[in-house]
Amino acid sequence: MTTLPEKTEKKLGLVIDLDICVGCQACATSCKEWNTGGYSAPLTDHDAYGADPSGAWLNRIHSYEVGEGAGSRTVHFPRSCLHCEEPDCVTVCPTGASYKREVDGIVLVNPDTCIGCKLCSWACPYGAREYDYDDGVMKKCTLCVDRIYNETLAEEDRVPACVRACPTGARAFGDLGDPASAVSQSVAERGGFDLLEEFGYKPVNKYLPPRSPAEVVDTPAAPILEAAIAQPDGSKVEGFFAWIDQALSRSEA
Amino acid sequence: MHPAYSVILFTTASGAGYGLMFWVSLIHIFGAGPDSRWFEFTAMAVSLILVTVGLLASTFHLGHPERAFRAFSQWRSSWLSREGVAAVATYAPSGFLALIWLLGGETAWTAPLALLAAVGAVVTVYCTGMIYASLRTIRQWNLGLVPVVYLGLAAASGAVLLAFFLAAFGQSPIWAAMLSLIGLGGAAALKALYWRRIDADPGRYTVEMALGLSAVSVGAQAGGVRPLDPPHTRPNFVMREMGYQVARKHALKLRQFSLIALFAAPAAAIVLASTFGVAVTALYLLAAVSVGVGAVLERWLFFAEAEHVVTLYYGASRA
Repeated sequence: MTTLPEKTEKKLGLVIDLDICVGCQACATSCKEWNTGGYSAPLTDHDAYGADPSGAWLNRIHSYEVGEGAGSRTVHFPRSCLHCEEPDCVTVCPTGASYKREVDGIVLVNPDTCIGCKLCSWACPYGAREYDYDDGVMKKCTLCVDRIYNETLAEEDRVPACVRACPTGARAFGDLGDPASAVSQSVAERGGFDLLEEFGYKPVNKYLPPRSPAEVVDTPAAPILEAAIAQPDGSKVEGFFAWIDQALSRSEA
Repeated sequence: MHPAYSVILFTTASGAGYGLMFWVSLIHIFGAGPDSRWFEFTAMAVSLILVTVGLLASTFHLGHPERAFRAFSQWRSSWLSREGVAAVATYAPSGFLALIWLLGGETAWTAPLALLAAVGAVVTVYCTGMIYASLRTIRQWNLGLVPVVYLGLAAASGAVLLAFFLAAFGQSPIWAAMLSLIGLGGAAALKALYWRRIDADPGRYTVEMALGLSAVSVGAQAGGVRPLDPPHTRPNFVMREMGYQVARKHALKLRQFSLIALFAAPAAAIVLASTFGVAVTALYLLAAVSVGVGAVLERWLFFAEAEHVVTLYYGASRA
C-alpha cells in the first residue's frame, strides 16, 4: 500500500557524523557486500573491472571542499536513503511495491511487485534509489532489515552493515523516535540536522555537522618528530656509517 | 532528465489519440460531422490505435512489463496509477462507440457514450500531466501549467487529425480549420508561457541546502562548496537518469524548431487548404505529420530541459 502510515512505532535510522567521517568507503563496500547477498540480492554490476564500470549501490560517499582559506576543510559526505517520514517515493508508486513499514518506519521496495517504472527514483531529491538494469527493479537501502532483527547473528552484528564497518565510528544506528536513545541524544547535543529540510519529506536519518575550529578541544601538541628519533651516541660504528653516508652523498652530487 | 523514447512516443501518440477521441465524441454529440458512420468509425478507430500504441510503448521502459497490471492498484495516492485506471476506463465507452458505428445500429446510447469517452480522454491526459507536475524534485515540471500544456497539445493535435479525417471524407468545413488554428495557436501560446516561466526561475534549492554545509558552518570566512572526489569513477543510474542535460544554446534552437513544426508550418498548410481549396487532404496530412514531429521535439525538450534536485550532489549549484 503506497499510502503512508500515519505514525510509526519506531523511527529507526542512522546518524552520520560529518566531523569524523574520513571518506574511506568502508561503509559503501560493506553495504554492497551484505546486500548483494541479502534482501536486495543481486546488486548487479556491469563491466566491473573494465573501462566503464557501473552498478547498483545503496550508499555513495562524496567528498567536498567547503570554504576557502583559513578554516576551510574537506568534508566526506555519505549519501543513502534517509527513510523519510513523508516521502513521495512511496506515494508515487503505482503498484504498492514501495512502502514504509508501520512497525519501524523503514522504507522498502518489494522486489516481487516492483514493475521497474523508476518513478520513485524521480521523486527522491537525495538520489537514494538506484535501478538494477539486470533485475529490472528498483534497489535502495533497507537499513539492513535482514541483519537488525536477525537472531542467528551475534548481537553486536545486529546493526546495518555500514555501521558495523565504519572504522571511525562516524555512523550510528538507533531509534530516532525515542528521545532517550543514544542517537537522539547525540543529535540533540551536536545540533544534528535534516538534509534539505525545506523539501519537507522529514528525513529520519540525521547528519551531525563538522565541528568548527573554535569548538575543537585544544589537545596538547604531539612530541616533535626529531626528538623522537635517537640521537647519535658517538660510537665508532656510528662514525663509520656517517662517513659512508657522507661519501655516498658526495659521489651523487 | 533523461528523455526515454518510449515515454516520448507514449505521451505524444496517446495525447493525439485522446485529442481525436475528444473531438469525434463532441461532434457526434452536437451532430456537426458528416452524415457517415464510417467517418466516425474511422476517426474513433484511429484514436484507439494511437492510444493503444502509446500505452504499449509506455510498457517498454518498464523493468517488468508482465507485472504492469499491478499499476492499477494505487489510484489513491499515485498519478501514474490513476492514469492507468482512467485509460482502461476510457476504453469502455470509446470501444463500444467504435463497435456501434462499425455495425451501424442506430441507438440512443451513442450520445451518453460519446460524452463518457470525451470526459475519459480529458481525465486521462490530465493524469499524464500530473505524473510530472506532482514531482517536487523537478522545478520545470512541478507547475500547475504542466497538465494544461499536456491538455492543450492533445487538443491541438487531435483537432488537426479531425480536420484531416473530415477532408479525407470529402468535407472541409471552415469550423474545422478554425478549430485547428485556434488549437495550435493556444498550444503554442501555452508552450511559450511555459518556457518563459521556467527561464525566470533559477531554482530555490542550493548545494549548501543539499549538504547542510556552508563556508560559515565549517568556520571559514569565504568560499562555497566544491565537489572534490566523486563517489564513483563513471556515471551511475542517478547521473544517467536524472543528470541528463541538453546544452542551453541547443535547447533554444530546438524550441524554435518545435514551434515551427508544431504551429507555423501546420497553420500555413491549413490556411492554404482553406483559402484555395486544392489538395486539401494532402495539406491536412502534411499539417498532421508536422504537428507530430513538433510534439515529439517538444516532449523531448520537456525531459532534456528538466533539472533534478539530486544534481546538487553532483556539481550543480542550484536546482
